[in-house]
Amino acid sequence: MSGRADGDLALEQKIGTRAMPAVRRRRLRGESVAEALVRVSGISVIVFVALVFVFLAREGIPAFFEVEASNLLGTRWYPTVGRYGLLPLISGSLLVTVGAVLISVPLGLAAAIYMHELAPAWLREILKPLIEILAGIPSVVLGFLGMIAVAPFLRAHLNMPTGLSAFAGSLMLAYMALPTIISVSDDAIDAVPRSYRDASLALGANHWQTICHAIVPAARSGIMVAIMLGIGRAIGETMAVLMVTGNAARMPDGLGALFQPVRTMTATIAAEMGEVANGSVHYHVLFAVGIVLFLITFLVNLLASVLVLRRSTRSDQLLE
Amino acid sequence: MSREMKQKLAFALLTVAAVVVVVPVLLVAGYIIWRGAGAISLEFLLSAPRSGLKEGGIFPAAVGTVILTLGTAIVALPLGVAAAIYLSEYARDDLLTRLIRMAIINLAGIPSVVYGLFGLGLFVLFLRCGTSILAGSLTLGLLTLPVVISTAEEAIRSVPQSFRVVSVSLGGTKWQTIRHLVLPNALPGIITGVILGLERAAGETAPILFTVAAVYLPRLPRSIFDQTMALPYHLFVISTQVPGMPVTFQFGTALVLLAFVLSLNAAATIIRSHFRRRRSW
Amino acid sequence: MTTTGVPAKIRVEDVSFAYSNAEALHGVSLDVYPNEVTVLFGPARSGKTTLLRLLNRLTDLLEGTRRTGHIYLDGQDIFAPDIDVTELRRRVGMVFAMPIPLPMSIRANITYGLQLKGIRDRALLEARVEGALRAAALWDEVKDRLDAPASALSGGQQQRLCIARILALEPEVILLDNPTSGLDPISTSKVEASLHELKQRYTIVAVPHSVQQAARIADRAAFMLGGEVIEVGTARDIFTRPREPRTRDYVEGRFG
Repeated sequence: MSGRADGDLALEQKIGTRAMPAVRRRRLRGESVAEALVRVSGISVIVFVALVFVFLAREGIPAFFEVEASNLLGTRWYPTVGRYGLLPLISGSLLVTVGAVLISVPLGLAAAIYMHELAPAWLREILKPLIEILAGIPSVVLGFLGMIAVAPFLRAHLNMPTGLSAFAGSLMLAYMALPTIISVSDDAIDAVPRSYRDASLALGANHWQTICHAIVPAARSGIMVAIMLGIGRAIGETMAVLMVTGNAARMPDGLGALFQPVRTMTATIAAEMGEVANGSVHYHVLFAVGIVLFLITFLVNLLASVLVLRRSTRSDQLLE
Repeated sequence: MSREMKQKLAFALLTVAAVVVVVPVLLVAGYIIWRGAGAISLEFLLSAPRSGLKEGGIFPAAVGTVILTLGTAIVALPLGVAAAIYLSEYARDDLLTRLIRMAIINLAGIPSVVYGLFGLGLFVLFLRCGTSILAGSLTLGLLTLPVVISTAEEAIRSVPQSFRVVSVSLGGTKWQTIRHLVLPNALPGIITGVILGLERAAGETAPILFTVAAVYLPRLPRSIFDQTMALPYHLFVISTQVPGMPVTFQFGTALVLLAFVLSLNAAATIIRSHFRRRRSW
Repeated sequence: MTTTGVPAKIRVEDVSFAYSNAEALHGVSLDVYPNEVTVLFGPARSGKTTLLRLLNRLTDLLEGTRRTGHIYLDGQDIFAPDIDVTELRRRVGMVFAMPIPLPMSIRANITYGLQLKGIRDRALLEARVEGALRAAALWDEVKDRLDAPASALSGGQQQRLCIARILALEPEVILLDNPTSGLDPISTSKVEASLHELKQRYTIVAVPHSVQQAARIADRAAFMLGGEVIEVGTARDIFTRPREPRTRDYVEGRFG
């Protein structure tokens, strides 16, 4: 309710609140107070995002003045001797994320299709809570398990010096991203109109062909949103990778790098922030890493929301 | 390969995928219960750690987690519900609303360690809260805000528009309608959403690393300006930084944390299905 | 003006109204007299529901609408800036096409509007509940289960509950928008019968769902088409010897 009612309310207040009975005056004031509070709360969200960026910038921008670009863009991260090359950290994050996406996207999409198309209703009622439980497992718990069970397993069976590696990180991250990918893909598949399915079956396709050629393509943009959100989740994950990737800040060299220790941006911040003096160069650089992380996830989310907007306009056109 | 063969193969692979996704969840829960149950005792749950964390219990960490969860709720609930009311009842379809929605999506995507940095920069340092329950709750509250807003808005929108029209036609003002009709009926959905948000906040480590968490405190916190121990951080410390730490204790801590988080999940699920059944529309 | 010289309860004066994307009413004028059933009938999109909703300013809930002209209730312009809209809506109550029981008990449905107004006295509330339910011919059926959820009632009972809901507020005018469209024939005739009782104390404006219903319940009728009032008159005149050819065609079922 807005428009005319609000306008009259304002007019009433201008014309002569004093002339009105007390009860009504109180109610009108209560209305405007409530509306103001609620409006402020809505706008505060924008303020918070801006604040996050401002305070990251406040503590992080100095790094760009205190450290030369050649240092920051270098490949050596040894803060104790003044080397602040960000590339190993960025590539560590990328490596682990790409690995996680390669595992979780096919797996998640397949699981979503299974749940939506093949599983009988009673099985769905079991699978959904299990996936919710997976989503609820704290990352420190997964990191702990990765460290204490998965890494030794990998070391023994894949002949690695220690199991703590990018691959272990990708594995844990994949499972952490799965619930997001599965539920968003499930929603996307659910949104495909029944008529697509019926039309495909009527043309003689069997269930699998219908899935491949009618349903998944129609759910394409929703699935892409799922992938973007999964990527965002993986890049931003901290504790699991901190405990499981071995924390060696080095540039990956070739495919074998997947099975060697790396350092992600997130793990770096978490591990080193506690030992850093306020206001020191190291302190500022860690905030600068935070800025990089913020910008990357900002871009990923921007892409995801653009996709969401495009999806609604395109589906409107399809219904013409 | 014939069509039928292809379908059978594909469906088998899809089933395998579902198994690969779901079975490890059971394995994780089972493994933690198996190896952690041994540590669970009254002493473990109710006493403080001793001897450099290697003996004793997790009581202060557990209390700290409960305090921080409450603090998160106090910050995120009123603000989130108010913002949700604004978005569903007052906002028009204009630029401001779109900016707010984009801001929510962005807040939801910020990595938890970046929230930790932000909490350090704004609450701990700039506003001089120090590393404290206050700073930690504010940070965790902000992290939980997007979830609360989204689920609260959905709950509010699920109340049929016809109810609002009836209320107004009976002489109700907009705010009366929200307060006496919409909010009470959206409450179960809102509570479910808040609990799910708290579930995430309770398990987070990175945001509390620089804003509130302490490795060891001799006393329980006495004011919101004190630091506190917390279960996620405690687990991290005893599994990575205490040589000679008994492994059973590590699993026991993980078990308690997991149990706390999953009981929140269960509470939310129970509330959601109970009220969905009782709904008369 | 009627022949007896009673002033109009509601006067609609040259009202035009448009939604953000469509025009709905063009220069509509109409008088509604007290203690009568005035019926607005016509084909779909004729503007009758729009006009009805203007009478209690339910149209305020929409954005982007435009209005010219005036509507007077007892001589007072209902769109004047110093009008208390909430009080207007209590004086002019509305019953909708689908019964919309609020998700609460039968008793709470009826006291809802009273409590919004600020009435707290328990005895007074109880008295109003009983009075309203009796006036809506529902009391005997529900007096033993006032705390049961309203959704448990049948469709016809729910609609009578909606009528009781507004009667509790002691309105002066009752607006009925297609009140029996969702009901079975027995409930429909019960509601129509109650209109004969109700008009003794209230002024009634109704949008019927068929010409036949209009003929059954109306004292006065206005035929609307394309956002205009084509013809107004007593029920007898309109339904048996309409002057306008379009009215005659519609009444005789030539178009619908």
